[in-house]
Parts: sequence; structure tokens; C-alpha cells
Amino acid sequence: MSAFAAMLRRELRLSLRGGGDVLTLVLFFIIVGAIVPFAVGPDRTLLAAIAPGIVWIAAFLAMLLGLERLFRPDHEDGALVLLRQAELPLSAIVAAKLIVHWLVSAVPLLLATPVLAVLLAMDLDSFGRTMISLALGTPALAAFGAIGAAVTVSIRRGGLIAPILIAPLSIPVLIFGVGSITSPQSSAATLFLAALSLMALALAPFAAALAISSAED
Amino acid sequence: MTADTEPKLNWWNRLANPGQFVAWTTPLLWPLTILTAVLFVLGLWFAFFNSPADYQMGDTVRIMYVHVPNAWLSQFVYATMSVSALGTLVWRHPMADVSMKAAAPLGALFTALALFTGALWGRPTWGTFWEWDGRMTSTLVLLLIYLGLVALWRAFDDQLRAARIIAVFTLVGAINIPIIKFSVDWWSTLHQPASVFRPDGPRMPGSILVPLFVMFFAFTFLFLTLHLKAMHTEVKRRRVMTLKRRLAQGGSA
Amino acid sequence: MIDLGPHAVFIVWAYVGVALGIAGLIGWTLFDARRTASELSQLEARDPRRQRPADATP
Repeated sequence: MSAFAAMLRRELRLSLRGGGDVLTLVLFFIIVGAIVPFAVGPDRTLLAAIAPGIVWIAAFLAMLLGLERLFRPDHEDGALVLLRQAELPLSAIVAAKLIVHWLVSAVPLLLATPVLAVLLAMDLDSFGRTMISLALGTPALAAFGAIGAAVTVSIRRGGLIAPILIAPLSIPVLIFGVGSITSPQSSAATLFLAALSLMALALAPFAAALAISSAED
Repeated sequence: MTADTEPKLNWWNRLANPGQFVAWTTPLLWPLTILTAVLFVLGLWFAFFNSPADYQMGDTVRIMYVHVPNAWLSQFVYATMSVSALGTLVWRHPMADVSMKAAAPLGALFTALALFTGALWGRPTWGTFWEWDGRMTSTLVLLLIYLGLVALWRAFDDQLRAARIIAVFTLVGAINIPIIKFSVDWWSTLHQPASVFRPDGPRMPGSILVPLFVMFFAFTFLFLTLHLKAMHTEVKRRRVMTLKRRLAQGGSA
Repeated sequence: MIDLGPHAVFIVWAYVGVALGIAGLIGWTLFDARRTASELSQLEARDPRRQRPADATP
């Protein structure tokens, strides 16, 4: 357990050192959300109707943006090869990376959501549901993203191909994420979303570790 | 199981030798081709000249004879790839890599054709080329997954290493496809309460089932033939890569 | 040819599209096979060791 904690600390320190990354991510999230009104017009009822979808698309794109730093720096400086020799199994290391990735890329988005909610004319009720659905759904996005990043880590221009792989897998997250905000059966959607996140989180460390160990052979 | 255990010469291990595999399966190619051609001629004859128009859909039912086999293949090819992915990951079977790689573009094309014929069938029966109906949407997602896999194969230089990584992704996709199907069904029934298209399975009369079955087998054998041929090509391509590397090394040394 | 009714255009196009797609696939498979085979035979002719292709090891 202490090795796992050390891994968590290392990852957290590394990703907070370049503090600009988190800020860029949040800015990207807000800009994607804020640019939509310019495209569809400033009609408040229309904006309120499509706001959940916009927030989720913005969160999805922002999570894709942060994927590069999940494994690539460690692959490039050889740390990934060293980590494979560690006593801690590779899947636990990937799990630590995944937790930290969620902390530094999804939590800031959650904190920035109120800004988007105001800009997109959301009412208080759907704002609350948006927060819950983002909190429950982003772990699944991070997990699928980790699988995509692990599969493409040994490709030189993998950053381009990872989103193509991740997007189809993320469709259920978007469906249930938006569904848990807008649909009449939102409680069912919320439960599906939570189940999806749990399943993806359980699966992703093993799949990603398998892909990484095949890539580093 | 390591790669350098002493080879026991049972059929499984002999099949694992790419040269042996090609030598053993080449005699199968011509019979498969002829069988496929005969099935297609028979199926097309049934489809156009020996089957009635449906009392509800009229002659558009004839689109079904190309639509349903393609839709079936779109899933069968993915199942083939998933089994091959297991073969790659669990037994490190060399031909499983080859089978996985050869199947991906075939699956993409069959899925695209299923969508194309579905759209042409939908226009006269539903009045629209595209409906965000659960089944069509999940087929579209399947096509995206296929195209992602094809792109992934092309992105790797080292095909041996690529095989294991892509096998992981193929299996993740296989676990996800039912989830995607379920979520898309949930989503589309939410947005359009009345389903426009009800498959009337066992109520289909025999006169429609016969051409459907013949075409079904025709397309399945078409896939098997093309898959085998593409696997042979892939084996040769790998040998070309090996020889090129060896020549380059010989030239520099 | 039988009468295909009012929607003949859609039926014909569905079959034509599938035929084109399949023909393209068969054509590409054969082209790829020929190209790779000829490349292989050229390389084997140039290979100094002239090994049996079946036991080519990386």
C-alpha cells in the first residue's frame, strides 16, 4: 500500500508541477462551452435546452486533451520501463495514474461548471444534476481515455489516433450523462452512469497495463 | 507459455507456422471461391426471379437479401476478430495476429454496406434515409470502431508488437459493444417512443426465407474466402518485411 | 427482368452498391496479393542466403 501511496504522490507532484496544464484544460472547457452560443444564437430557452449536451461535449473534449500526459512522458523518458520492474503490479501503477489523472483533469472541470451553467442559462435544478452526472461520468471517460492512451503510447503520433479510438467507447457515457440531466428517467440514467464508471474503472487498469506491457516488450 | 518451448508437431502447432498454414490452406481457396460463386448465382436467382413481393413492403423486401447478410457479417467479423484476439493474447498464436489484421478492413466494408443498404431500404419504407434508430446507430458506432482498428493497424511500424496491443483494444471493444447497443437502445426509445421498424422474425414465409438463407451463406463464404486470401497476403507481407530487414542488415554489415 | 414496382430505383441501387463494394474488395484483395507475391519473389531472388521461405526467422 505504501508503494501505491508513493506512486500517487509522485504522479500528483508531477502533474501539479506544470500548473499551467490544469489552467489550460479549464480554459479549454469554458471556451468550448462559451463558443456554442455564438454558433446557435443567444436564445436563452434554446441554450438552456441544449446546455447539458454542451457541457458534456466540452467535458469530453477537455478530457481528451489531457490524455497525452498520462503515459507519454513516462514512455519517452523510459520511466515506464522502470515502473514495469517495480514490485507493484503494473495494473496498480496504472490505477494510481488514473486516479491522479481524474483528480487533476476532471475535478477542475467540475469546479468550472458553474461558469458554464451561468453562461448557458441553466436553472438551479439542472445545474445540480449536471454536477452529479459529471462527477459520476468523468471516471468512465478517464478510464476509457486511459485505455486509448495506453494502446497508442508506442505510436509516435498517437495523440492523433487516440481520440478516434476513445470516442466510440465513450458514447454510452455521453448518452447516460446527458440522460441523467434531461431525461424523465434521469434516476435510471444516473444509476447506469455510475455502473458504467465502476465497470470501466475496474477494467481499465488491467487492459491498459496489458497494452503497455505489450508495447514495451 | 513461452515462445521457445520445443515444438510438438500436433496440428495446432503446425498451423502456427505461417509457411505451413499457407501450404495447408491454399488448396481450400478454389473450392471456397467456386462455392461462393455458386451460392451467389443461386441466391440472386432466388432473390429476383423466384421470390414474391412482400404484401406489406412490396418489392423493397428484395433489399433484405443483401442487407441482412451484411448486417450479420458486421457482427460475425467482429466475433472472429475477438476470438483471434484471444488467440493472440492467450496462446500467442502467430496466425491469430494475421487473422485479426486481415479481418478488420473486411468487417469495415461489410458494416458500411449494411448501413448503405439499410439507408436505401429505409427511404421507401420509413420515408427517410437515416433514422437515429437503435439498431442503425449502434451499427454506425460499430463501423467507427472498425475504422479505428484499421487506422490503428496502419499506425504501427512493428506489426508483431502491434498485434498484442490491438488485441487488447479489440477485446475492450467486444466488451463495450453490448453496452453501446444497450445505451443506444435506451436513448432512441427515449427520443422516439414508437418504433418504426418491427422485425417480424418467424412470421416470414418460406418463399422469403429461402433466398435469405442462400444469400446469408453466400456472403458468409465470401467473407471466409476473402479472409483466407488476405491472411495469405499478410503472411507474405511479413516475410517481405523480414527479407527487407535482412537485406538492409546484410548491406550495412 | 421482372417488374420491381414503384421503388425499383432503391432496390437496383442497393444491389449495384453492394456489387460495387464487393467487387472493389475482391479486386483490392487480389491486387494486394499479386503485389505482395511479386515483391516477395523479387526479394527472395536477391536474398544472398536463399533460405527456404518457411523458416525465415526474424
